[in-house]
Amino acid sequence: MLYAILCYASEDVVCSWSKEQDDEVMAKLLNVQDKYAKAGRLGPVARLLPTTAATTLRKVKGEAVVLDGPFAETKEQFLGFYTLECRDLDEAVEFARELSEVNPSGGSYEIRPVSVFNPTKVAV
Amino acid sequence: MTDLAWISTAISNARPQAMGALLRYFRDLDAAEEAFQDACLRALKNWPKNGPPRDPAAWLIFVGRNSGIDAVRKRAKQAPMPEEDQISDLEDAEGDMAERLDGAHYRDDILRLLFICCHPDLPATQQIAVALRIVSGLTVKQIARAFLVGESAMEQRITRAKARIADAGVPFETPGAVERSERLAAVAAMVYLIFNEGYSSNGGEAPARAPLCEEAIRLARLLLRLFQAEPEIMGLTALLLLQHARAPARFDENGEIVLLEDQDRSLWSRKMIDEGLALVDKALRHRKPGPYQVQAAIAALHARAATAADTDWTEIDLLYGLLEQMQPSPVVTLNRAVAVSKVRGPEAALAMIEPLEERLSGYFHFFGLRGGLLMQLGRNEEARVAFDRAIALANTAAEAAHIRMHIDRLIKESSEKSIQKAR
Repeated sequence: MLYAILCYASEDVVCSWSKEQDDEVMAKLLNVQDKYAKAGRLGPVARLLPTTAATTLRKVKGEAVVLDGPFAETKEQFLGFYTLECRDLDEAVEFARELSEVNPSGGSYEIRPVSVFNPTKVAV
Repeated sequence: MTDLAWISTAISNARPQAMGALLRYFRDLDAAEEAFQDACLRALKNWPKNGPPRDPAAWLIFVGRNSGIDAVRKRAKQAPMPEEDQISDLEDAEGDMAERLDGAHYRDDILRLLFICCHPDLPATQQIAVALRIVSGLTVKQIARAFLVGESAMEQRITRAKARIADAGVPFETPGAVERSERLAAVAAMVYLIFNEGYSSNGGEAPARAPLCEEAIRLARLLLRLFQAEPEIMGLTALLLLQHARAPARFDENGEIVLLEDQDRSLWSRKMIDEGLALVDKALRHRKPGPYQVQAAIAALHARAATAADTDWTEIDLLYGLLEQMQPSPVVTLNRAVAVSKVRGPEAALAMIEPLEERLSGYFHFFGLRGGLLMQLGRNEEARVAFDRAIALANTAAEAAHIRMHIDRLIKESSEKSIQKAR
């Protein structure tokens, strides 16, 4: 089954890492992913820009209204996600645990089975 | 990252909110700083042992407020200090406490903390220094290094500025809508100043001063999170990101200035540009243009151009025209002239800047640009005069070196001409 591993952490903390600190964390996270990518189990991965760059479209009384900022104001923000092919939940938890071990931001990983997956490719 | 590094980032992130709240409780900057310091010391002891709290700012406010009250009591010799572990044992209290903290004050607390730093009696450099000390929590040593002055001189400067703030009295009443937006504008201007202080450095100084740019971006993002629907704050944040994205390309390995058109655009930070462009797009949807948005839109046009030749100078000319209307200033006109020279040629640009000479007679960039335009028109002798004036007005060694390069070229050209004549 395909799982999505959604990353939540305090943006304040993550945004204030120096470039060196950020690079260090990213390198370690990439290291964890590598193993899974080589096994052909890792799907698309994304890291999102800060929520200050977010825009929300919400339907109010049937009309779509564009609002500034993220969907919800929370202490921890949705910062990015991984997708991973897993035999069971344990495998997904193990992957999240490995990520959390090298990630000093605290925060949490929400593990959710994927229902529909459409990996259309875009040229980045 | 080590535990200690994690704790120090968490503390510096929580600082504006915690300091803002403590200032509201104690109504005295020194008392608030003392209480915050004390809370930090306790955090250093407590956090590695008990793990980081879920809400570091709430923890620091709670502990800081208690320790501040203790300090007042101790001075008054009324009551004994409570047991240390009573205060540090927040495991259960923490959840409730976060709820109890008055969330509605949060925005105004931070705004007030920033606002008292931009007291109109304080010269710009003091505003910046005191904001970096109080809000950002940089050490006096770090600030002195960024301003390229001695530590004791900076210490004095900050102490004097703080005394002035204390004399002026801190405005504690909750601001009304008009007042809030005035405060926000003053604070935005200060954040912009902090950025400029870091940005207008030369190559050799750039590494020491880059933290100022990063701190300004951090403060701009903080403001934007507090005021998510303010297009000018989006514009400010975008402007800073788009400018700072070019930092890795602005100086060569010898610390010499590399002009925008000669910069290696692959060195620009893609991530910062993307964030900046997203913010410009967001801001423009509000159809409430302002100076920061216009400047950000200009920076965005540079960022969007794959090569210097792709730059949309016509649009930049229009945007500078708009900025001139919003914020008439000879410096804006001077910048517009650069765009005009690309669109309508050096002659038109020269005609545009000539009336500015009186007001910009002490401005390096005026004579630099005039020299450059005259050189393009082949009026080498006049160009030489302008470049000489520019060198005399250069603020940094890199600026002087850049003009020197033009003069050398003029000298070379004229000697080649005279050789040709002699033949």
